[in-house]
Amino acid sequence: MTTTDKRAGKAKPRGLTFQDVIFKLQQFWAGQGCVLQQPYDVEMGAGTMHPETFLRVLGPAAYRVAYVQPSRRPADGRYGENPNRLYKHTQYQVILKPAPADIQNLFLKSLAVLGIRLQDHDIRFEEDNWESPTLGAWGIGWQVLLDGLEITQFTYFQQCGGLDLDPVSVELTYGLERITAFLQGVDNVFDIRWTERLTYGQIRLAEEQQFSVYSFEQADAAAARHHFESYESEAAGLLKSFAASRGEEKRRFPLLPVYELCLKCSHLFNILDSRGAISVTERAALIGRVRQLACRVAAGTVEQQTGEAAVAQEPA
Amino acid sequence: MKKRNSKVATADFLFEIGCEEIPAGMLQRAASELKVILEKHFSANNLLNNSVVETFGAPRRLVAACDSLRLRQPDVVREITGPPRSVAFDDVGRPTRAAESFAAKQGVRLEDLAVISTARGDYLAAKQVIKGRPAAEILREILPRMIAEIPWPRSMYWASAEGPRFIRPVRWVVALLGGRTIPFTFGEVAAGNFSAGHRFLGKPKVPVKGLKDYHAKLRASFVLANPAERRRKIEREIHALLVKRGLRAHADPGLLDLVTYLNEYPTVILGDFSEEFLDLPDEILVTVMRDHQKYFAVERRDGSLAAHFLAVINMDSDRQGLVRAGHERVLRARFADARFFWQHDLKCRLADNLSRLQHVTYESRLGSYAAKVARLKSLAGWFAGQWFNSGILQADVAGSIRAAELAKCDLVTGMVGEFPELQGIVGGLYAKEQGEPDEVAWAVYDHYRPLGLDESIPRNLTGCSVALADKLDALVGCFAVGMIPSGSSDPFALRRAALGIVKIILERKVPVSLSASISAAAGILESQPPKIRVSPQVQAQVLEFIAERARFVFKERLGFAYDEVSATLAAGADDLVDAERRLAALKAIRKTKNFEPLATAFKRIRKIIEKAGPVGSWKLSAVREDALVEEAERKLHADSRKVAREAGEHKRGGRYREALQVIAGLRPAVDQFFDRVLVMAEDEQLRKNRLTLLAELLEEFSTIADFSEIVTTEK
Repeated sequence: MTTTDKRAGKAKPRGLTFQDVIFKLQQFWAGQGCVLQQPYDVEMGAGTMHPETFLRVLGPAAYRVAYVQPSRRPADGRYGENPNRLYKHTQYQVILKPAPADIQNLFLKSLAVLGIRLQDHDIRFEEDNWESPTLGAWGIGWQVLLDGLEITQFTYFQQCGGLDLDPVSVELTYGLERITAFLQGVDNVFDIRWTERLTYGQIRLAEEQQFSVYSFEQADAAAARHHFESYESEAAGLLKSFAASRGEEKRRFPLLPVYELCLKCSHLFNILDSRGAISVTERAALIGRVRQLACRVAAGTVEQQTGEAAVAQEPA
Repeated sequence: MKKRNSKVATADFLFEIGCEEIPAGMLQRAASELKVILEKHFSANNLLNNSVVETFGAPRRLVAACDSLRLRQPDVVREITGPPRSVAFDDVGRPTRAAESFAAKQGVRLEDLAVISTARGDYLAAKQVIKGRPAAEILREILPRMIAEIPWPRSMYWASAEGPRFIRPVRWVVALLGGRTIPFTFGEVAAGNFSAGHRFLGKPKVPVKGLKDYHAKLRASFVLANPAERRRKIEREIHALLVKRGLRAHADPGLLDLVTYLNEYPTVILGDFSEEFLDLPDEILVTVMRDHQKYFAVERRDGSLAAHFLAVINMDSDRQGLVRAGHERVLRARFADARFFWQHDLKCRLADNLSRLQHVTYESRLGSYAAKVARLKSLAGWFAGQWFNSGILQADVAGSIRAAELAKCDLVTGMVGEFPELQGIVGGLYAKEQGEPDEVAWAVYDHYRPLGLDESIPRNLTGCSVALADKLDALVGCFAVGMIPSGSSDPFALRRAALGIVKIILERKVPVSLSASISAAAGILESQPPKIRVSPQVQAQVLEFIAERARFVFKERLGFAYDEVSATLAAGADDLVDAERRLAALKAIRKTKNFEPLATAFKRIRKIIEKAGPVGSWKLSAVREDALVEEAERKLHADSRKVAREAGEHKRGGRYREALQVIAGLRPAVDQFFDRVLVMAEDEQLRKNRLTLLAELLEEFSTIADFSEIVTTEK
């Protein structure tokens, strides 16, 4: 018996379903000229790591894209027992390049599309500068608060892969579970209605439990470390060949696969972290190693686009 | 106030930089920087009519206004000196070629030149009138530059890398002089006469004429541009919500400042939370409310927390209660998290976390927190031991060592992971909960104190020992590995640590020899892993670094004059409590009649001695009484012996004021000596003997304060 059956005869439950929130955002941002992309099929910690963000914000070409990205943060898993924390949460990511002058209003319109009456709530932009040491990326912006709840990260990208960006892209990252819980007025993420019939918990709870058990208790740290090094070494080898390549060979050099190897390293790092297998000192060093791969892929991609070597900077 | 020149044509000036939301913590500072920048440029361009610029800010705007700006710069007359008269005119007084070419060069007629007399003689001169330019013309040039001049902690660009930089994207600019738009562009934005109202409640375009209608127009569009007005509204509403319930807001001036600058139209709402959360310690509840949600906690009359909170929202009201319900839901989740950590952390003994501290780096060269804790135990125990031995019987060596052992154990708890600002406090709460003695639990709780000049020091002696040890280990360790603060770079907050040491010593009045403590800290760093060498030079640097903070505290906080501080610390800065007593005595005695003349005399003695060449070339082992030939020098010698004896007794008894009074009594003898006796006598024996007499005098009477550092009015 589902929750909706229990409620039969009562008033229609309020707020959009989880999947309706996605539909509405897809429609809205498609209307703003965004390419609707699909989630990337490699594990990642945030929608920013999707090549549709990480690589598209580089170089001069204008681009608009939106997509859903399930984001895995092994250390945030809580065995499905915490009402707000998840091993895997769902981000809705929008990139507008260059950033339009009316972007704040556009974003607020997207909230209105979800049924949020702006005049009835307390919506504010509070300083929160975003930084990803793993990607050599940072930007300036805010967290957007809706009645005290952080629902979106709003960032003007300044640097990505260690490269200064020109033009500047704006990145909107919506936290879909939080927004849906807010719309539906529920306190526990697992009570969100995903469809009219099924809850988030019914669909995802087992996954949360299993991945929490895996990443906190059973992941083989030695194997993860081995995988990390083997992916890293393959990536480094390929980057070396890239540096030596010329002309057409360089233009079609498989940097995208190198980027996937870098993403694998990043995820393995997160697993090692959740297993408590990384000391504080080692932590910075490992992040630095992933960043180095990411920065070299970024520089290589710009070189492929423009035919000129790009100069990466140490992240601020 | 200087009188304004009413004949000058002036107009009001209004300047608003419209922006996406500026970080609240930066607005106040930016407004005062903008004032300085505008006044600098306006006065450099002679545009101010004895008027001042006022500046203020709200989240989406930085505003500057001046009620009287000159419409045109005054003309400036400049005199340009040409050739000397003798060259410019021939014998019969006719202008020469030199005069003609000077006139041509200056673009004036020959007959308009004048002869002026200068210190070097008579010269031909041309008067040049530089016409003042219209203010609007100058403003359109300098205003865009001034926007760019405002310093920010971290600025951004938002269009292209070549585009303008600011704290957040600039979206509109209002620039009006006497109601007329000053035409210029900043990036893509053209200055105009349209401001913008509240993001949700107001009009997107609000036309303004100038300073006169600015506030009213914006108020009608739900923007209170004046921060004082916003603050008053918040205070008024907090009062109105609480007074009838017999409650009050938990005082928090920092938070009041923040919410004043977070909202363009602040409105206060009162929310509730479940009473069950009141079981959590107040510290945790207040931190969650203040630091994470920017809510004011609410207290009953007895100071205990009530299950309410105050949120300041950026709206005119919460008609349907939706905002309140939303804030309540968020707070509930936050409190539930905190309760989870509280229960989870308490499942293990605090001391059991020690082993995990091995994996937490304190500083790469200074080792892990486990190593830091080992040093803290030694050093805190050393402080307590010193105090006990000096007769402070409540000093508890074992308690200090235990508190040091527990001090950093909360760093690996879930609660500190979630709320890092509660480090120390959480450890103290857990220690108390797990049955540690109060003295130890409070010592853990307080050991990061004082965090600032106005913050209190640890409440008990054990806490003082751990706090001193923590700070001194940081200072000596960081200096030893070369991490010495420079300019704004001070990642380990060493200035704050040194200030904390000074504050604890002075307020708790504990006997601490700075040099002995530094050397104890150095010994511990050298003998315990990772065994860092601390050279004598480094120890001296640390001592000077702390003395520098002490100087600051004495001057800025305790109100002593800088020369009194220099004089006192020159006579010894090792025991700050003693130095403060000497300072107080010096300050008291300074106003008495003999003191300043005596200080002048001491200055003279110092100069004479400095000029006399290397001390070894004249200093005798003692004054030879048989070589004192003049009455005045015999008297000075005898008097100073007597005074030294009396002053010494007072000094030993800690009666510095009496000691100084006795010393001041030497003045007649000193004056007479200088009146009657020639120190630098021809006779070598006499000269050496007199110099030795003065040197001894200086040495003997400089142990409370070095009088020669005192700035005197007499020449």
